[in-house]
Amino acid sequence: MTGRVRVDRDRCCGAGNCVLTAPEVFDQGDDGLVLLRFTAPPPQTLEGVRRAADLCPAGAITVD
Amino acid sequence: MIPAALTDLPLWPPTNLGRDPLVPLDPGERDRFDAPVTKVRLPTDATAWLVTRHADVRQLLRHPGFSADLSRPGFPLLRALPPGALSDRRGGFIRMDGMEHSRLRRMLTAEFMLKSIRRIEPLIRQTVDRTLDDLRDAGPPADLVATFALPLPSMVICHLLGVPYADHDFFQLRSRTLLDRDAAPELVREHVAQLRDYLHRLVEAKCAAGDRADDLLSRLARDRVDTGELAVDELVGMAMLLLIAGHETTANMIGLSTLLLLRDVPGRYAALRDDPDQADTLVEELLRYLSIVRTGLPRLALEDVEIGGQLIRAGEGAIAVLSTANRDPVVFDGPDEFDPYRQAHQHVAFGFGVHQCIGQPLARAELRIALVELARRFPDLRLAAPTGQLPTRDNSIVFGLDALPVTW
Ligand code: SF4
Repeated sequence: MTGRVRVDRDRCCGAGNCVLTAPEVFDQGDDGLVLLRFTAPPPQTLEGVRRAADLCPAGAITVD
Repeated sequence: MIPAALTDLPLWPPTNLGRDPLVPLDPGERDRFDAPVTKVRLPTDATAWLVTRHADVRQLLRHPGFSADLSRPGFPLLRALPPGALSDRRGGFIRMDGMEHSRLRRMLTAEFMLKSIRRIEPLIRQTVDRTLDDLRDAGPPADLVATFALPLPSMVICHLLGVPYADHDFFQLRSRTLLDRDAAPELVREHVAQLRDYLHRLVEAKCAAGDRADDLLSRLARDRVDTGELAVDELVGMAMLLLIAGHETTANMIGLSTLLLLRDVPGRYAALRDDPDQADTLVEELLRYLSIVRTGLPRLALEDVEIGGQLIRAGEGAIAVLSTANRDPVVFDGPDEFDPYRQAHQHVAFGFGVHQCIGQPLARAELRIALVELARRFPDLRLAAPTGQLPTRDNSIVFGLDALPVTW
């Protein structure tokens, strides 16, 4: 696992779970859809990122 | 006549007025419905697959092979559609799939995102203060549902949408009919039409005003209707959805949460006041444990999909049972224990998949502020009725208490 994170804005439904779970890595844009603050987030955030990917209702977050 | 094969199937959802309001299914019901996937009969005499495990519920609700569109033939309806119900469903995106759904939902995502809700927290606080004043003035004793739990979310959603709160009796009664599984189809039709008329006039006025009013419906009128992106009828349907969803859900969560915090475990309510930093975690556990959408979320299979070891064929109905998923021992240790310190964020109380509740940041903020302030201002609050006699809303799509007598 490299810890590379990708988000698919086309799939995002803007429920904001990722922002609640890992606010250091995810944000929502002016349209309410997900934005990534880093593509290679700091290692200490990885657990939160993985949890956010799991909680994303739309499957819009992938962690390689 | 119902065919014999059908009467052998257990009837979902079970009606059981004797059930403890904090328990989604009692032991007898669990025996009937607790398999991972069970074939059930619905009140409409349709059949459906009941899906109860956490992983399976998530798979079902996220799978593109299942439709939320109740106008499709074979959709597993819990009650008969009122006559003409399919003719004007514009704007009701909760019952749409794919692009049709995301086009409308996306017009709202910025409105309900965490940042936007943080901005309106002062308004939520003021409304909590004001409704708690009303509770104080009404008793002791007083009905917490009528004076606090229902008016609070109702005032907040009216303010957000730009709907006059003075009309709340009118739409509270009608939104209740819409959620009542036992309501006569003609009455549902009449109340839907009245609500639509009311909101139509309101939206037209907002479109015509062309003013700078800063509420959600005015913003959509200005930014989407004026630009031709959104039809007036669609905005009316969206307004109706948000108004209803904003009314009953949070109200029932506040009522049931207060019952749970006051009952059974001494000190639980006081802990909320003494340790308000724990309120976020507590709210997640309340959402998990109480799971107020207890009848589940219905879907129609558009292709053959295997869920929980059961092949669900195209054209068959499936129902995702959120309350059992939220008590799945694979995900939650000792799931029938209420544990305010557990990390319960994996719950599916808001649903899952692209239809997951868009208002969840608002619901969370309202619940947290309401419960913390209630505990702070009414430290001696206690129940004023035997809990076995509380009127519950067993026939509603959103479960809750009709009244909660309290004293202090
Ligand atoms: S959790 Fe998923 S759907 Fe929700 S905002 Fe984040 S990426 Fe989008």
